[in-house]
Amino acid sequence: MIIAGIIAAVVILAIWVISVYNSLVGLRNQVANGFRQIDVQLKRRYDLIPNLINSVKGEMKFESQTLERVIQARSMAVSANATGNVADMSKKEGELSMALGRLFALSENYPNLKANDSVKSLMEELTSTENKISFARQFYNDIATGYNIKQQVFPNNFIVSMFGSFKTADLFEIPQDAKQEREAPKVDLGV
Amino acid sequence: MNIYEAEASNKRWTVAIMAAFLAFFLFLGLGFDVFVMGMRIPGLDTEGVGLSLYRSSNPDEASSYPIPYGTIVSLMIAGGLLLNSIYNGAAMALASCGARKADPSNPAEKQLLDVVDEMAIAAGLPAPQAYVIPDDDPNAFATGFGPRNAYIAATRGLLAQLNREELQGVIAHEMSHVRNYDVRLMTVIAALLGAISLVSDFTSRSARFGGRVSSGSRSSGRSEGKGGGGLAVIIFIIWIICAILAPFISRILAMAVSRHREYLADASGAELTRNPQALASALEKIRAAVAPTRAISSDGVAHMCIDDPRGTALNERHGFFADLFATHPPMQKRILALKLMAYNKPVNI
Repeated sequence: MIIAGIIAAVVILAIWVISVYNSLVGLRNQVANGFRQIDVQLKRRYDLIPNLINSVKGEMKFESQTLERVIQARSMAVSANATGNVADMSKKEGELSMALGRLFALSENYPNLKANDSVKSLMEELTSTENKISFARQFYNDIATGYNIKQQVFPNNFIVSMFGSFKTADLFEIPQDAKQEREAPKVDLGV
Repeated sequence: MNIYEAEASNKRWTVAIMAAFLAFFLFLGLGFDVFVMGMRIPGLDTEGVGLSLYRSSNPDEASSYPIPYGTIVSLMIAGGLLLNSIYNGAAMALASCGARKADPSNPAEKQLLDVVDEMAIAAGLPAPQAYVIPDDDPNAFATGFGPRNAYIAATRGLLAQLNREELQGVIAHEMSHVRNYDVRLMTVIAALLGAISLVSDFTSRSARFGGRVSSGSRSSGRSEGKGGGGLAVIIFIIWIICAILAPFISRILAMAVSRHREYLADASGAELTRNPQALASALEKIRAAVAPTRAISSDGVAHMCIDDPRGTALNERHGFFADLFATHPPMQKRILALKLMAYNKPVNI
């Protein structure tokens, strides 16, 4: 009778461990997939930026500093993306978004650009890509938070420490120094 | 109710409504066999009740009508209509308002396509197909059978009058209808609603016709002292009432279901964009345009739209009548709820 009770307890415990483990695996893959979705949009943005620069550069020749900054921020973001470090990526991508935002704001002063169909469609494309990046991040952050919570709650944390194959997922954050950068646009980016 | 509960409840309701639809047709078919064709059911004395066209005067001739053709045909029709509502319901809804696929070469429609993609990413779902309705009144609806088979249609007026953020808010609202399977329930209701009103029209006509023909035979039945059983009379009356009132009842059902879902779609749409203010200002613009959306004339599609396309003031009112027939909750209340969200105040509705 006692033995049967012990066996039952062990079986129940095993079933519980298996179910928690499997749901963590499922979440881990969802998080990885969410991360790839961001990556797709980031790559799209890297591809669009040179096109935009080329089509506005003739008209905006007096804004060479802004254009320069966009190009520079892009190349830094590309190299940060290659490392796959979330904290570094979110910092560099944030800077690129900022530089692009400035370019967009300045382009408002050029009526010829606003009337140009190809520039307009490029701007729409980039705006949409920016939005997709931020929504993909939002989605990623939501599922990554769910994954982290699932790992950290009691008693799941025992299983996590038992297997060691689950790590806390990093969240995308707006970089701390981004705000200063907006206030002082003359900051030197030539590392 | 959160979106997971909403999803479960929508799936349940879809099955329940399909079952009710089948039961309704079974009832109609059986009734046709018993009351019109004169089939006999053991334990139910139907003698002298109904509109019998072919009733034999000899009560022993129970086997004169052995196969319930009416029931079989009506069940087959019901099954066909159900399958049609599943596989063809979305296409029917889109076709009924003349919607066509959004064209990426047109800037406004390109923006719609982009915004739909953005909201699909925010919801973590495959992107629905975007359609444009040629109408200048701002309105939009979503249809389909689930996230993998979804369509979002917006009127030309909506694309012209809203800015990008407001459009995002509206599409996010529609996207949440897709995400929590409102579209499945709505599309099935829309398709079945059309079918029921057709059938009911047919039955009430045939009942009138049958009534004239059989009145003679019924009186002769009475003169022989063979009145029908009380139960049979009651069932017969229910059968007639069902047949005539069905479209009315199904419409009230559609309205109730859709009104219920709008607050939730507003709230979870705002969760997707994290910008309730944009949807609030979009709703204000849509509300200001009081003209009816003429392209959306079908009653079946009305309850799917973000705002009632009939342009009546009914949705602004409160009270029993409005509660029964309005497809949407009062705009004012929806806008207020969104504004409260924007100020981060807790709100319970």
